[in-house]
This record gives sequence, C-alpha cells and structure tokens, in this order.
Amino acid sequence: MNGRGRRTAERLVAAAFALTVLAAVSFAAVYVLGNQTQLLGLALCLAFAGLAAGFAVWAARLLPQGPYVEEREAMISPPEARRAFTAELDADQEPVVRAALPRRMLMLALGTLGVALVFPIRSLLFHGPTPWRALRRTAWRDGVRLVNADGAPLRPSDIALGGIVTAFPEGRLKDDHAMTVLLRVNPARLALPRGRKAWTVDGVVAYSKICTHAGCPVALYVQTAEQLVCPCHQSVFDVLKGASPVAGPAARSLPQLPIGVNAEGVLVARGDFPTPVGPGYWRSA
Amino acid sequence: MITRWAVRRVLLWLDGRVRIASVTRKTLAKVFPDHWTFMLGEIALYSFVSLVATGVFLTLFFEPSPAETVYTGAYGPMRGVRASAAYASAVTLSWDVRAGLLMRQTHHWSALVFLSAIVAHLSRIFLTGAFRKPREINWVIGLTMFLLGIATGFAGYSVPDDLLSGTGLRIAAATLLSVPVVGPWAAFLLFGGGFPGTSIIPRLYILHVLLLPGAIAALIGAHLAILIRQKHTHFPGPGRTQDNVVGSKMWPTYGFRSLALMCAVFAVTFGLGGLVQINPVWVWGPFRPSGATSPAQPDWFLAWVEGALRLYPPYEFRIFGYLVPAPFVPGVVMPALTFLVLYLWPWLDRRLTRGRGRHQVLDRPRDSPARVAAWAWGASFYGLLLLASSDDVVARYFQIPVFGIVRTMRIVVLVVPVAIGAVAYVLARALREDPEATLLDLRWRRIAAVIRRRPPDVEGGERRAAGAERPAASGEEGAGA
Ligand code: HEM
Ligand code: FES
Repeated sequence: MNGRGRRTAERLVAAAFALTVLAAVSFAAVYVLGNQTQLLGLALCLAFAGLAAGFAVWAARLLPQGPYVEEREAMISPPEARRAFTAELDADQEPVVRAALPRRMLMLALGTLGVALVFPIRSLLFHGPTPWRALRRTAWRDGVRLVNADGAPLRPSDIALGGIVTAFPEGRLKDDHAMTVLLRVNPARLALPRGRKAWTVDGVVAYSKICTHAGCPVALYVQTAEQLVCPCHQSVFDVLKGASPVAGPAARSLPQLPIGVNAEGVLVARGDFPTPVGPGYWRSA
Repeated sequence: MITRWAVRRVLLWLDGRVRIASVTRKTLAKVFPDHWTFMLGEIALYSFVSLVATGVFLTLFFEPSPAETVYTGAYGPMRGVRASAAYASAVTLSWDVRAGLLMRQTHHWSALVFLSAIVAHLSRIFLTGAFRKPREINWVIGLTMFLLGIATGFAGYSVPDDLLSGTGLRIAAATLLSVPVVGPWAAFLLFGGGFPGTSIIPRLYILHVLLLPGAIAALIGAHLAILIRQKHTHFPGPGRTQDNVVGSKMWPTYGFRSLALMCAVFAVTFGLGGLVQINPVWVWGPFRPSGATSPAQPDWFLAWVEGALRLYPPYEFRIFGYLVPAPFVPGVVMPALTFLVLYLWPWLDRRLTRGRGRHQVLDRPRDSPARVAAWAWGASFYGLLLLASSDDVVARYFQIPVFGIVRTMRIVVLVVPVAIGAVAYVLARALREDPEATLLDLRWRRIAAVIRRRPPDVEGGERRAAGAERPAASGEEGAGA
C-alpha cells in the first residue's frame, strides 16, 4: 500500500477509536447524571461500534493480506503407527483380560454403585404426596364451602347471570389444583350429561378452571356464546354441555364440580370432581 | 513500545517454565479461511461472552426466591404490590438499579442473538457438508450446545416469576406430565411437587447461572480444541486442496478481524438492549395461579414447539388403557425427532451422497440438491410452526377468526414445506449445471430443462456429485478408517 493510502487508513482507524473515547465518556457522564437506559445503551453501542470499525479497517487496510497456505496433516495416523498402537493395547490388556473374576466383580461393583447413586434423585420430591396420588384428587370434599379469591364465602346470588367468579375451597386460597369457575346460565338451556341434574344451583355451574390441554387457567368467558376460552391455545369449552371441548387442541371436558347450598345459604361442594382435573397424564381412568 | 516489551517478557518467562514457544508460534500462524460464513459461529461465541458478562451483573441484584414480599421501589404502579422476591427483584433491577434495565435487556437480546447465530451457523455447516467425516464430533457437540442454549434461555425466561413466564412454565410442566409412564414422576421431581410449588424458581436459577452455562462453556472449549486440531474446512477454489488450508493468519490479520466482530456483536447487543424494549416484566405483573396473559408467546427458540401445540388436533389416545394426552406428540415427540434426525444427519448424509472419505473441501450448497431440499423443508416447516405460535396475534391484527387460521395452518405446515423443498431441489440442480451462475442468473429455460430431464437423471446426478468428491478425498483414504 502506498504512503497516502496508508495515512488515510491510519486516520480512519484513529477516528473510529476516537469515537469510542467520546462514547465511553458519554456513557460515564449519563451514568453519573441519572439512569437513562436509551442513552446508556446508545453510548455503549457507539463505543463498541467505534472499536469494531477501527479493528476492521486496521485488519483490511493496514495488515498483511493473504492468502496464506498452511499444510494440513491427515486426521488419522499412518498405518504403521495404528498397528503399533493396537499391538500395544493388546499386549497391555492381557493381564487385565485374564483376571476374569476381579474384572467381573469390578463391573458389578460399579454398576451397583451407579444404581445406588440414582436413589437420591428421589429427594427432589422431598415433601407432599407422590404424583399419582396428588394428581387424582383435589381438596374438594362434600360440605367444603366455596370462597372467592379474598376468602369470602360465596352465595348463589354472588354470581350474576352471565358472570364468572373464581372459587377456592375454604382455607386453601393458594390451591391452584382445586381452582374452580362458577358461572350462571339460564337453567332451562343447560344440557348437562346425564346424572348431573343435582350438581347445579339455580343455573350456577362449577367447572375446574385448569385447562385440560396444558393447564392454563381458563379465564375468558364469552357470555354471548356461553363458552369458556383458554387464553393459551384458544381451546373453547361449551358451558351448557358440561364444558365439553368444541374447538382448539383440548380433547377432554373441564371436570364439573357438584355443588349445592348449605343451611346458611352458602355454596358448598357435594364431593370432589368426578375425574382428575387439568392436563392429562398416564392414567387408566 | 512498553506493552510490546512486557508481553515479550511474559511469554519468554512462560517459555522458561512450560515451554510454549513453538506451540504459540504455530497458533499465531494458524490459517483461517476468508469467507463470511465462517464468522457465524464466532457471532454465537461472542454473544455468549455478552450473556455471561451481563448475566454476572444481574446475579448481584436478582433474588431467586418465591418468598412473598412487597415491592417498594421507584416504579409507581407496582408499589405496594405483593409478589415473590424473584419478581420484585426483577422489577427493582429494571427501575431502581442504575443501568440495571440496560443489563437486563442486553442479556435478553444477547440470548436471542446467541441462539439465532447458532441456527445460522448450523445451517452453514449443514448446507456445505462441513459435518462430514472427520467433523462429526463437532457437529454433535454443536447440536448439544444448541439444546443447552434453548434450555438455558427457557430457564432464564422463567426465573423472574412474572405472569408471562409463569404461563410458559405451566405449559412446560403439562408437557413433561404428558410423557407416558415416567411423565408424572419427572414433573414432580423437577417441581418438587405439583405445579407451581415453591422449589422451581431456585432450581431453575441454579441451572440457569451455573450448571447449564458451565456445560456450554466446557463444550465451547471442546468445540474449539477439536477445531484447532482438525483445522478449518475451506470452499473449493484454486490452490485449495484436501491437504491444505488457505486464508488469513491468526496473527495479526484474522485476530484483528475477529476482534472487530466481537465489538460489533457487543455494539448490537447493547444497542438493542438500550433502545429496544424486551420482556417488560412490570407490565406483565407477578405470576398468579388464576391468571394468564393474552396474547402470550415464548421466545422464538421455543415458539416452534408452542406453534405445534396449538396446531395439533384435539386427539388423545390410550396405550394399554392408559391415557397419552394431546401435548405429548407435538411437545415431546416432534422436538425429540427433530433433534434425533439432526444428530444422525452426518450418518444419514453418508448414505445419501455415498461420500465416505474425509472431507476438507466444502461442498457448495448446489453440489447436493438433496441437502438443499432437506434444509429448505426444515426452514419452512419450523418457520411456519413459529408463525403458528402467534396465531392469536395474527387473528387480532387482521380481524379474522383464530380457528380459520388454525385449520388452514394445519394443512399449510404439512404441504408448503414439501413444495418449498421440491422447488429448492430443482433450483439447486439447475445451478449445479452452471457453477458460475448465481440464483439471479437462473433463466426459466434452464429450470425447465432440469424438470423435464428429472426422472432419468436423478440417480446419475447424485452419483456424479459423489464421484467428484472421491478422488480428492482419496489422498487420506489410503490409511483406512
Ligand atoms: C447460554 C447462556 C444464557 C442464556 C441463553 C440466557 C438467557 C436469559 C434470559 C432469556 C433471561 C430472561 C431475561 C428477562 O428477564 O428478560 C435471563 C435472565 C437471567 N440470567 Fe441469563 N442467560 C444465559 C446465561 C447466563 C449467565 C452465565 C448468568 C450469570 C452468571 C445469567 C444470569 C441471569 C440472571 C441473574 C437472570 C434473571 C434476571 C432477570 O431476568 O431480571 N444468565 N437469562
Ligand atoms: S392450555 Fe388451554 S388450550 Fe392449551
């Protein structure tokens, strides 16, 4: 490269690094003056961009350009080296291979130890019931009162026509698994599966709020169509027909909670959900 | 001057103790091929550096605890809200820690750049046949880093305990639960009980900041050590053979170029982190079991699985009377098959192209139309799944019913990628006839000729391509496998 071109390139590189100096100073100044995320980011961006440009021009205009050629050795040893290698392996293996009893016992020892060391993985589930027991049932029992998210007992009149209320078993406000939605519909329009006549109170129905697809809370109620919609993958459940799935990837109905009113006029469960709630898992029922 | 003197003293001091002169000389003279596609892997490397640097800053403020606290910081709408310490500290990082939001956002953007660069790098390796013998080990290591990167990204996305990440975690739990026989145990062991429990945030955290990045760092070391041992491949060209590498030397030219790339990556990650908002957890709000945000999308590197979950029909079946629920096929089988095929590709490719020798000279993509077709199928299939993960957003934006989109997409993801693969195959064949041509030079006549001649020529074409590799490879083949 001639002297002129070289000098221009050097000046370019210097200018790029000067940008870094300015940007770095600005970064420090912005930091001291306050917390302005955009300006901080911009300053760091320019500081690194200056370095990048400087290095790039330096590499392209001021440093030796190839192409250079480097020899490459084969990624395999020459045949005689390989033969010598296997011969060596075989020779040294002899005394090991011949000692069959200690060798087999070593294998057994390592295998047993390996299996034994798997056991502590069980500690990861260090309290609470085992999976199938926990998944099968919820906290709902006959007579357990339904309360809202603030813990206040719910009466049928708390659920307006077209309204939706999330209910928990009394005293278990954090129990995600037992989460239930209460909806009021026109009782004459209800077409529940057979045997569920007594599971509702004046058109108030209760369904598990956990989507049977992948477990999201079924939080949207399209009142006009009387459908529950899951926000995650848009599964739609028909409230009038026992929350059976009508669209989207969910394949099973939301389980229905049998409800009634107790002597104080408060909504209570009449037992647990008839089937396991939430996303499916390996089970025979 | 003074630096030069100091560096020399240090190197000579080291040489007097661990004898590094010739190793260092060889390393400095290592030749790197001059082609821009060789920089994709470096972009991934440097965004990992950006992730570690910003991540370490975050660890000084983030509290991975599910314990309930009250946020009392500068962000008004959240003040007095009860939330987990994890969530509150993520909001504190964003609003109260000076430069905290910059670091958080730069960290998240770096994660997206990291995984995008990995996919681009993988595509280059795939299309040029760089995974072939002797580089199968690095292909397998690279894929493992890709998987670990996805896992790390998901864990990081989940730890702030906001409503959006809680939704993602819930779907992940249900997907794990769906695995036959062992699913319930796997999910309960991971979560320490039923979803959500109180163990998952600290567990994901230790995975996120130590175990997974540690594993990635170790694999990066192995990846680069093998790369140096085997040396780079290079594209075909004058003077480039099976027995040499042609390009620039590590010191100084390539070193400076690579430094430029590193700084450029940082400029991009900090620029995005400062100027483009990402994951504003204070908007999503803290995780509540009874709530979910809508629309909700995961980061792109998991959105393809989410798209599959949405498109898969409401179909569950039973094995020996036991339920296999809907998320199992799209959420477990599909991703597992994807990675299985990718892991086995070097060996599948050997059958396809019958190229069994060692390959130091790359194929151009057109040299193997079958590979181009496979890649094009994959890019469009997973791209369409990614699109499907936003079906609710698309529906809302264009005011069309989401179920129409789902029904259409179910067919589109099966049909369109096959069509795109076929088109890519034909184009690659047409280009192969004329090594000088680029895609823009292609004329319809040539393409039509490929299509018309196709039936008798498919076999012959493949054999010709495979045969061309063999003489070049035979230099090393004498030694046997
Ligand atoms: C492959 C590497 C990594 C990836 C893909 C990754 C990705 C992510 C993502 C996507 C987030 C969510 C950020 C958000 O809230 O918007 C996150 C959070 C976090 N990451 Fe990483 N990360 C990586 C490595 C690291 C390392 C090495 C550390 C520390 C040593 C770290 C520390 C953290 C911390 C403390 C958080 C929580 C802070 C917060 O979200 O507010 N990460 N990470
Ligand atoms: S979780 Fe409800 S549709 Fe997927």
